[in-house]
Order: sequence, then C-alpha cells, then structure tokens
Amino acid sequence: MAAYTAIVTVRLKRGVLDPEAETTKRALERLEFELQELRSADRFEIDLDADSEEAAARRATEMAERLLANPTIHDYAVEIRER
Amino acid sequence: MIAIVRFGGSNCDRDTKRALDELGIENEIVWHAEGLPQDTTGIILPGGFSYGDYLRAGAMAARSPIVEDVRNAADEGVPVLGVCNGAQIGCEAGLTPGAFTTNASARFQCEHVHLRVENAETPWTAAYEEGEVISLPIAHGEGRFEIDSEGLDRLDAEGRVLFRYCDEDGRVTEAANHNGSAGNVAGVGGERPSVAVLMPHPERAVLADIGGIDGRGILAGFA
Repeated sequence: MAAYTAIVTVRLKRGVLDPEAETTKRALERLEFELQELRSADRFEIDLDADSEEAAARRATEMAERLLANPTIHDYAVEIRER
Repeated sequence: MIAIVRFGGSNCDRDTKRALDELGIENEIVWHAEGLPQDTTGIILPGGFSYGDYLRAGAMAARSPIVEDVRNAADEGVPVLGVCNGAQIGCEAGLTPGAFTTNASARFQCEHVHLRVENAETPWTAAYEEGEVISLPIAHGEGRFEIDSEGLDRLDAEGRVLFRYCDEDGRVTEAANHNGSAGNVAGVGGERPSVAVLMPHPERAVLADIGGIDGRGILAGFA
C-alpha cells in the first residue's frame, strides 16, 4: 500500500450557466480589475492508501461518478499525487 | 398511508402533513433512518435543506439508504412526489431527469409564481386542464432546471414536462422564467407518470386563507 492524495476537480460543463462565477466576475470588475472570463470549480483533496496509482485513480473516479459530480451538469478531472 | 420522508434539515414536512390532513389523505412523517413503513402507499420528499445543502442541494439525501427504498417502491408503481428540496433529491437520485442548480439570479427567491399545466394526464395534474394557469409559491436558491437540449426535447415529446413558469396569461416568456430554468420547466415526471418532482410548493397553497388553493390538485394525486 502507498499513500496518495487524489485531487478531484469538479466543474460545470461548458455552456452551463454559472451565476456565482458571473457575480464574482462582476465584483472583480467593480474593484477595477480587467478580466475576460471567470470560471469556478470545486476541488476535493482526498488522502487515501492504495496498492498503486491506478488503483487510487479508479477509486477517486468512482467517488466522482457516484457523489462528487453530477453528470448532468458537471465534468470532472482526477489527479493522483504521492503523499 | 403517505410517507412524508423527513431528513435532517427538512423543513416543509409539517406543512405537508397539515396540507394532506386538510385534504383527508392519510399520512405520517417518517424519519429517514427508520426506513419506509410497511403500509406505505405513496411517498413525498418534502422541501427544506437536507444535510445543509452540502455539496449540492439534495446530493447527500439522494444517496441515503431510504432513497433506495423509495426507488424500489417507485419501480413498483408507488406514487412519489418531490417538492423543492425533494425535487432536488429526486433528480440527484435519478428518479427524474435533469438537475436543479443555482438560480440564474444567484439569489434565493421567495415569491408567488404562475405555472402553466403542460400535461393534464398525470396523477399530479389530472385535477387541472391542459394550459390552465395556476399560482404557487416558490422558495429556493437552487431551482434552475438544467438538462441538455436533446433531453428537453425528449421530455416534451414524452409529455413529461408537467409545469412551466409563465406569466398570468399563460405565456411562457423569459421574463416569467424566475430562476432561468431550461425551457421554463418547473416540474417534470420520471419514467413512470406516478413519479414527479417540482420546485414550487403545492403544500403551501392548500388553505384558502394562506396562499390560495391551487396546490390542492397536485397533492390530490395521492388520493
């Protein structure tokens, strides 16, 4: 067994309106920052022990599929780091 | 016996009980951890903020053990209605298609809205005429219905869009689309017509003195 941190990033699919990001963008513009676009995402850092990097990735992917992301509106990405 | 499933954070369970009592429909509030009673003949997932809306509204409750029971009951034809947070739970659990997410306004909205009845041939809409305009309250921050355009077309073709946000004359306009829902959709059905969810609150529109009585017909689906 080795120690890993799985980083699962969940973001809205392209084209799905993100009102919180829009509001944040407007607030930054009120502070006189220049920007074109702002996207927000949820990032989960999951410490886990697994036999291999692949096994850790499989488990984290299943976590994303079953709970962390909603496939109707979200895409997700999984990254595994040694801990 | 209609089971009103109470989760930690449900807050429309007692209103729902009061409304069903008023309609003479036998019901009881059921704590989720106790499971569905043997004599359950219908299930309502009430509004509220189950599990504090953590992660996404309805995400946690949708994965709790009682929802497996609800799914099995629904597959056997037991009527299931999700309201507000119950609607979010229903979509998260896959009982109904699509997802409810942050209002386009990014604000919590609490107001009366008009709805057009799109399909009057379901247990939840049989009390109305197709095209009838009813008024119900909404109270949600994450009520914007999202689904891809093919999915929306399919729902329309299958008559599974039950209610659309509209103006008082029944026109389905952008201005009447309070939360920015795809296709102005306020309520949808599952694969069986006996399963449905909606964001507006029929249980808050049952007593004439408070909020009107337009919600009666929806809850009558349990009668």
